[in-house]
Amino acid sequence: MKVIGKYSTQVKFAAQLMLIVTATAFVCLGAYRGEVETVFAKAIRLCLECVGIG
Amino acid sequence: MRKQFVYVWSVSELDKAKVKKEKKISFKNFFKKRNTIQMFATLLTNIHLPNFLKGALYNGKVKQVCVPGLNCYSCPAATGACPIGSFQAVVGSSKFSFSYYITGILIFFGIMLGRFICGFLCPFGWFQDLLHKIPTKKFSTKKLKALRYIKYGVLAIAVVALPILITNKAGIGSPYFCKYICPQGILEGAIPFSLVDSSIRATLGTLFAWKFGILIGIIILGVLFYRPFCKWLCPLGAFYALFNKVSLLDYNVDKHKCISCGKCSRTCKMDVDITKNTSHTECIRCGECIKVCPTKAISVHWGFKNPLEIKKDEIINQIGEIKNENN
Repeated sequence: MKVIGKYSTQVKFAAQLMLIVTATAFVCLGAYRGEVETVFAKAIRLCLECVGIG
Repeated sequence: MRKQFVYVWSVSELDKAKVKKEKKISFKNFFKKRNTIQMFATLLTNIHLPNFLKGALYNGKVKQVCVPGLNCYSCPAATGACPIGSFQAVVGSSKFSFSYYITGILIFFGIMLGRFICGFLCPFGWFQDLLHKIPTKKFSTKKLKALRYIKYGVLAIAVVALPILITNKAGIGSPYFCKYICPQGILEGAIPFSLVDSSIRATLGTLFAWKFGILIGIIILGVLFYRPFCKWLCPLGAFYALFNKVSLLDYNVDKHKCISCGKCSRTCKMDVDITKNTSHTECIRCGECIKVCPTKAISVHWGFKNPLEIKKDEIINQIGEIKNENN
């Protein structure tokens, strides 16, 4: 039991670190690919699907 | 009432103990002010209020970034972009088949706060909280737990799969969740715009009627049940739910203090028993259990945990469990 407890703590810590690094890398990669422009272009215009026009 | 003793070794230790106690008190006050925090979060997410009268959208640079909660970017007052709408916009465009940018932002929010975002920062969550305050007969959702899994289907199918797989000749996919399910677009976008703009009012048709029906359905259910949209349909809640286990914001139950009275699980409107699972996927970290706990056994923690401290907590909890079993 003790080994499992210790292991799960370490796994959680490793997962937290890994996910923060992944998130940062994803944001940078997405910005590099030009996704930000697509998001911005959609966000500043009225989304017809969202408001139910179609 | 049991008296709590804090054993200290020196004056500096005493100071540390004092600071720890003050921190716990401030957290309790924080949870007491949840409604106010939700109101401010909604205001910050929709800061451009004069746009409601102008019938125009804010189009500044901040809209390149997503807000943490479910908030339509077609709301005239919206400060940032909706994460679910943005994801569909990117994967549905002809240029991309996956959105690293939005996924990265969502992972970041998830790892930092988990479903605390649902409990404190989401405007549609606050809207449902307000609806549930309307004094009528209330119903429990404990027997409807199976419906919780629908939201994962909505995330996988309507948000991710359909915009990628079903495209037109130009390779552009529709934002299926926004188009057919999301009630926030009607509440924050269609209704305010149609009130001030007659041309938009004239173009509303069957799709609007369908989505308006969904909104009315959610409103009625929201009065009778606690947060039906968050529990059963919200894809953003489904995504953050996956992060409750690894989120830096975490709840702890001190089994040594817990007297197994069951007050926390009876109070929880999300049908969670925090003593059994502190990182339950449905826990929106609203803090109701912390408020009602008579022995202050539940606490909240944010940040990386010191492995030595975890070991100490585990030993204390094991002793507490043995003690509870003996009682």
